[in-house]
Amino acid sequence: MSRTDDAYDVIVVGSGAAGGMSAYVLACEGIRVLMLEAGRDYDPVGETPMFNLPKDAPLRGADTPDKPFGFYDATVDGGWRVPGEPYTSGEGVDFLWWRARMLGGRTNHWGRISLRMGEYDFKPRSRDGLGFDWPMSYADLAPYYDKTETLIGVYGSNEGLENTPNSSPGVLQPAPAPRADELLTKNGCEPLGIPVIPAHLAILSEKQDYRRLPAYLHPSNRLAQKVTQDAMQARAACFWATPCGRGCSIKANFQSTTVLLPPALATGNLTIRTDAMVYEVTLHKDGRTSGVRYVDKRSGNHVTAQARVVVLAASACESARILLNSKSAAFPDGLANGSGLVGKYLMDTVGAGVRGQIPAMENMPAHNADGASGMHMYMPWWLYQDQAKGELDFARGYHIEFGGGRRMPSGNSFTGLEKLTAGSYGKQFKDDCRRYYGSFIGFSGRGEMIPNEDCYCEIDPQEKDRWGIPVLRFQWRWSDHELNQVRHMQHTFKDIIEAMGGRTTTPVYDDGADAIKKPGEIIHEVGGARMGADPTSSVLNQYCQAWEVPNLFVTDGAAFVSNADKNPTLSIMAVAWRACDYLVQELRSRNIA
Amino acid sequence: MARVRLPRARTQIEKYRVSELIAREGGLNRRMAMKVMVALGLGSTGVARGQQARLEAKPNVGPAGTLSDPELKQAIVPWERTLSESQLATLAVLCDLILPADQRSPSASQLGAHEFIDEWVSAPYERQLQDRAVLFEGLEWLDGESNRRFGSSFVDVTADRRHQVCRDICNLPDATEPHRLGARFFALVRDLTATAFWTTQEGMDDLGYVGNVPLPKWEAPPKAVLEHLGLE
Repeated sequence: MSRTDDAYDVIVVGSGAAGGMSAYVLACEGIRVLMLEAGRDYDPVGETPMFNLPKDAPLRGADTPDKPFGFYDATVDGGWRVPGEPYTSGEGVDFLWWRARMLGGRTNHWGRISLRMGEYDFKPRSRDGLGFDWPMSYADLAPYYDKTETLIGVYGSNEGLENTPNSSPGVLQPAPAPRADELLTKNGCEPLGIPVIPAHLAILSEKQDYRRLPAYLHPSNRLAQKVTQDAMQARAACFWATPCGRGCSIKANFQSTTVLLPPALATGNLTIRTDAMVYEVTLHKDGRTSGVRYVDKRSGNHVTAQARVVVLAASACESARILLNSKSAAFPDGLANGSGLVGKYLMDTVGAGVRGQIPAMENMPAHNADGASGMHMYMPWWLYQDQAKGELDFARGYHIEFGGGRRMPSGNSFTGLEKLTAGSYGKQFKDDCRRYYGSFIGFSGRGEMIPNEDCYCEIDPQEKDRWGIPVLRFQWRWSDHELNQVRHMQHTFKDIIEAMGGRTTTPVYDDGADAIKKPGEIIHEVGGARMGADPTSSVLNQYCQAWEVPNLFVTDGAAFVSNADKNPTLSIMAVAWRACDYLVQELRSRNIA
Repeated sequence: MARVRLPRARTQIEKYRVSELIAREGGLNRRMAMKVMVALGLGSTGVARGQQARLEAKPNVGPAGTLSDPELKQAIVPWERTLSESQLATLAVLCDLILPADQRSPSASQLGAHEFIDEWVSAPYERQLQDRAVLFEGLEWLDGESNRRFGSSFVDVTADRRHQVCRDICNLPDATEPHRLGARFFALVRDLTATAFWTTQEGMDDLGYVGNVPLPKWEAPPKAVLEHLGLE
């Protein structure tokens, strides 16, 4: 069954960081947008369990296969598996693909860590001969980082450290004061030469200046100013309680659903259709796109929607899947895949961690350590010069995320204490729990992976999802750069814990292969339709426009050429904004469609 | 927290769209879902009606009430607890041996730790099913050991005798071979008891957890904390 939809200027597939930003920028410019989201409608204001305690949840909120980040995690119908929508991995590969079937996608649950890529990160091949250069420089994207940070609200500070860019004056919100465990860590890191500086998180530490900022973001666009002002005014500053991963009913943190979609809708130029699972981009006879086909999940009907331009923003892998499944006589290997690079050079972030127990943090006086729930401090990569001199056995860096102290007691707070308590029970165990509560801390490395030809996604020749759409199969192999980087992480974390007078409570592996998180597990998958300087070695140009199909854009992480240690969401939004500015120009000058 | 209980929980059940339990793939399996349906008195007609309703549904707004899209703000435990009265009685005794009452807080069983363990081992997930096996074996071992040593089951012997058994199984890394099964069981029950106990309001108050309240302003740690850490 099929029916044809009204024509729109642009169809945006996906409603997360890339889709939300694309729709916001386009709708603000008067472009008529149809957004198609594969999941259900979702409202963080009404649905977020803000103060609910573990005891109010099944299993005290423990993670389950149905709610893999715990009961209260915002993710709906998703996680490592989506009911009825499988994916596969090649021989010996165990790729993990986190999806969320909901309006706003994965922005509803992410860590809000918003780090800019630096100058080195856009030209990695020029610097060390590995991987590929972006077809743009930091200077090209910097204005869009400023705008994105201003729009979504990011706290942090400008420290002027190497390849760790400053934001323009007045862009960042004030960084919250460090917690006790963060100060103790900073103290321990000092003799090790590891900088501990304010983290950048997309959380409002104060109310946005809604009178001034909209005019800066949208000079001479009164509609955009008005809707942005209203949206900013509707957001409250953080009240320093409840985890961001649940969502935020007061809109203090960034979610596409609270920050991008409301102003986009308020323009009157955006229509959102949920439960619409796009699986194919359709073509005119001349090879331009005519729209998309999707499954209406409520009825099971296959529906065609038409527009002058299609913007894929379904997440790196899902966008690659749609392109690969869009086969035609003109594009037998998938749409816009003349280079053969669709699905290729997939990357995730390199991850590994070590936990420790710090005696100095035992029996700390009671105090509120909730804060912004995410980090107030972090460690940017600090050994660029050592790498330039060839003194390390891996080419790219990592930053460190960490946290501990007197957070809300959870199911994991008091398990496996035998190593410390010699198996106490009774009154002694009760006192041991009191003593050790708040004395644990965890360190996680988040490192840059170098893209390689063994890491990609392709269409599985057999498997289909519940709608009959062929699914993705993932292939993966880490290089020594990643494994050696993980070994360095492991020893660094041990050094930090010991410098704090503590002891490790999880294994410290010398072989990176034993410690590295699984591919996909950090949920930073990017690449698969990379941008580049020419059509033979890339799928998109620097404005996310397909070389072979001028009215097709891919504005999500698929466009990434490299995957710096900087968490990708902020860069996805900045790249999408820049791409959509270009798209608006091209539409107005009638260069496309 | 509300629980699926019959028959008085009827209103909660309507809120929890049980039809979705059957319709979805993965997670709660069909057998378990049927069990819930039968327990609710909906039977197979209920299933058919539920599926029909799903197909005609309007745009999906708000939680579907499935295991992967549950009501987060008014959570329910959608599976039945399955431990017997005597298993629960033994667990309650054990929970209180692990975390007894004192001046600062009640005992573990007073805060429902044994009931939480019942909820845990009755859950339809692999991890919990494994724990269920350890718990069942362990409870049997405990009574067997108590009977062997003292001629009666664990709940019926004196506190002193209970401690004699617990001392042999309380430290898994040191447990000797005849006690390893018991020690694995004890470690599980201690972990679950601690989880249950310290995540209640009473447990959090005991620990001095003072968060989860909105603050007008975020402040640096108090001086006493910095002094404690040697940072001042």
